[in-house]
Amino acid sequence: MKIAISTAGNNLDAQVELRFGRASSFLLFDTDTRNFSMLDNSEQVNAMQGAGIKTAQNIVTAGADVLISGHCGPKAMQVLNAKNIAVYVTEKNVIGTAIANLQNGLLEQITTHDVAGH
Amino acid sequence: MMKIAVASGKGGTGKTTLSIALTQAISGKVTLLDCDVEEPNCHLFFPVELDETLPVTVLIPVVDEDLCNSCGKCAEMCQFNAIICMDIDPAMVFPALCHSCGGCALVCETGAISEEECVIGCIEKRTIAQDKTLISGRLNIGYSLAPTVIRAVNREQSDNQITIIDAPPGTACPFVATVSESDFTILVTEPTKFGLHDLSLAVATLREMKRHFGVVINRSEQAENMVTDYCQQENIPVLLQIPASRKIAESYSRGGSLLDVMPEMKLDLLAMLKQIQAMIGSKI
Repeated sequence: MKIAISTAGNNLDAQVELRFGRASSFLLFDTDTRNFSMLDNSEQVNAMQGAGIKTAQNIVTAGADVLISGHCGPKAMQVLNAKNIAVYVTEKNVIGTAIANLQNGLLEQITTHDVAGH
Repeated sequence: MMKIAVASGKGGTGKTTLSIALTQAISGKVTLLDCDVEEPNCHLFFPVELDETLPVTVLIPVVDEDLCNSCGKCAEMCQFNAIICMDIDPAMVFPALCHSCGGCALVCETGAISEEECVIGCIEKRTIAQDKTLISGRLNIGYSLAPTVIRAVNREQSDNQITIIDAPPGTACPFVATVSESDFTILVTEPTKFGLHDLSLAVATLREMKRHFGVVINRSEQAENMVTDYCQQENIPVLLQIPASRKIAESYSRGGSLLDVMPEMKLDLLAMLKQIQAMIGSKI
């Protein structure tokens, strides 16, 4: 299983970026190999509009099965739902802890957007 | 004919107050256009029935799922993230984000994308007094194409009369679309640091666009203030100062006009129009 986590950092000790669409990058963690790679999303940081939609497309294309972020808006959710990506939200946390929390069933899963369109 | 846009950098400086007062001050035919299409409010001051509502439409892509081969060229083309394509799924369209450029349909190699009309807002027409017409634009919630609705509003008014345009705040696309349609722009501001800062942005934009403009200072407490200093320095005409008055604010909050409480300002407004007319060399 591949988990995508929004972040401004580049390792498991970095903070989870609480914004989804305008996160500058995603850490892709493979639960089978316990290795990770980085996905650049910097193009969406200053996108005129539709950052969430395009970012959702980017993590789908990168092969993610699960997303951990701070929040998710309605249009991004529509894309993620269409591709059956499970969306989990977390408070301020480091990535390693967020992944552990996910695996221990401590993260909240959302199936509808938790913030309005923005 | 003369078209005057009443704009500002900062919001809440008195665009609607001045637009309505001007419309009422001028005798004869006047059309008032409410181009603040994200939240039109001129109609709140005229408790009259709607004469007519017209839809504003744009073309948006529709994907034929059988023809789409998921090549992703449409999503790559779209600069507005309004269409995306993932895996082997047909392209997915987000109409609210589409700017109707038609690029996706052009690059589609299988002919899967056709364009269909989508309603993004409406135009409302009201007769607000004898010889006075209000045409308001209204952009539907969630949609982003304010300039399209603004241009549609401007197409509705006839050319042989005075047109006053209540412009949207700011200096972005809706502002540019509105002042592009006018012969002269009145920038309404207030003598505060925020007012002055946003005025300077609006001035820079209008200079870049090579438009005629002047400044009206609202809520003025002193004849000489930071805005008059700025205008003198920048060689910008100060057309009028509207005094800071609780009476005006109270009237406005009840849906009343500036002229209801300060009828004497009618002469100042007409004198200002003469001045504008002289500046652009047009006949009223």
